[in-house]
Amino acid sequence: MSAYFLCLVLFCVGLYCILRKRNLIKIIIGLAIIEYAVNLFFVLAGYRIHGRAPILAADQEIVNMVDPLVQAIVLTAIVIGLATTALIVAIAIRIYDKYGTFDITRINKLKG
Amino acid sequence: MIELHLLLLFMIVGAIVAVEVGDLISSVVAVGAVGLGLSLVFLVLKAPDLAITQLVVEILCLIILIRATIKRDLPLIKSGRWHFNTFSTLLFIVVFLLLAFISLHDLPGFGKPLLRVASNYLREGFLRTGSANLVTSVILDFRAYDTLGEATVLFTAVMGVMVVMRRIGRKKE
Repeated sequence: MSAYFLCLVLFCVGLYCILRKRNLIKIIIGLAIIEYAVNLFFVLAGYRIHGRAPILAADQEIVNMVDPLVQAIVLTAIVIGLATTALIVAIAIRIYDKYGTFDITRINKLKG
Repeated sequence: MIELHLLLLFMIVGAIVAVEVGDLISSVVAVGAVGLGLSLVFLVLKAPDLAITQLVVEILCLIILIRATIKRDLPLIKSGRWHFNTFSTLLFIVVFLLLAFISLHDLPGFGKPLLRVASNYLREGFLRTGSANLVTSVILDFRAYDTLGEATVLFTAVMGVMVVMRRIGRKKE
C-alpha cells in the first residue's frame, strides 16, 4: 500500500510543477513526471508477490506470473508519451522563436 | 520490497530536484534520472519489456529536451503575485493525497492483483498465439487494435512535429 502512496506523491510533484511554474520547459517536465507516475501506478497494480516475468520457458512450469495486460497497455502508453512530448517540445521551440521567452505570462499576443 | 521503496524515494527526490532547481539543463538531467529510475523499478516489478522500452524512450526524450534548452538557458523569473496560486495548488495536493490515502484501502492490496482478464491470457496465450512472451502476444494478437491506434497516434504526432518545425512557410501571393 505504501508503494501506491509513494507513486501518488510522485504524481503530486508533477502536478505542482505544472500548476505553479511559469517556464514552459518546466511545465513539459512536469507532464513527463506525471506520465511516469501513471505508468508506474498501472504496473504496480499488476504486480504479484513472488511473481515471475510473463515469459514462458521451455523447461519451467508456470507458477504465478505478473499481469501481462497492464504491461502491454503501459508499453503502448510509453511510446505515445514520447510522441506527445516531441510534439509539445516542437511547439515550445516555435513559441520561443516567436516571443523570445519561455515565460508563460509574456506569451499573451492572443489575449483578448 | 525494500529496493522498490528505495527506488521510489529516489524518483521522488529526483522529481523535486527537477522541479525546484534553477537552470533548465540541470532540470532536464534530473528528469532523466527519474526516468532511468523508473526503468529500474520496472525491472524490480518483473516487467523487462517495459524496462527496455523505458530506457530507449527516456534517452530519446532527453535528447529532445536538451535540443529545446541547449541555447536558451535563461534564468527563471520568480517575481510576481503568485502566492494565491501556490496556496491553492498546495491545498489541492493535500486534499488529493488525503482522499487517495482513504480510497487506496478499497483497491486490491499490493501484490494481489485481480487478474480477471489476464488469467485467461496467461492460460491460453501460448496455445492460441504461439508466442513465448505473453506481453508480445497481448499487444500483437489479443489487443492488436490498440497497437494500430498507437501507430496512428505516433504518425500523427510525427506529422505534427514536421508541420510545426518546418522552416519554409507558405509563400505569400
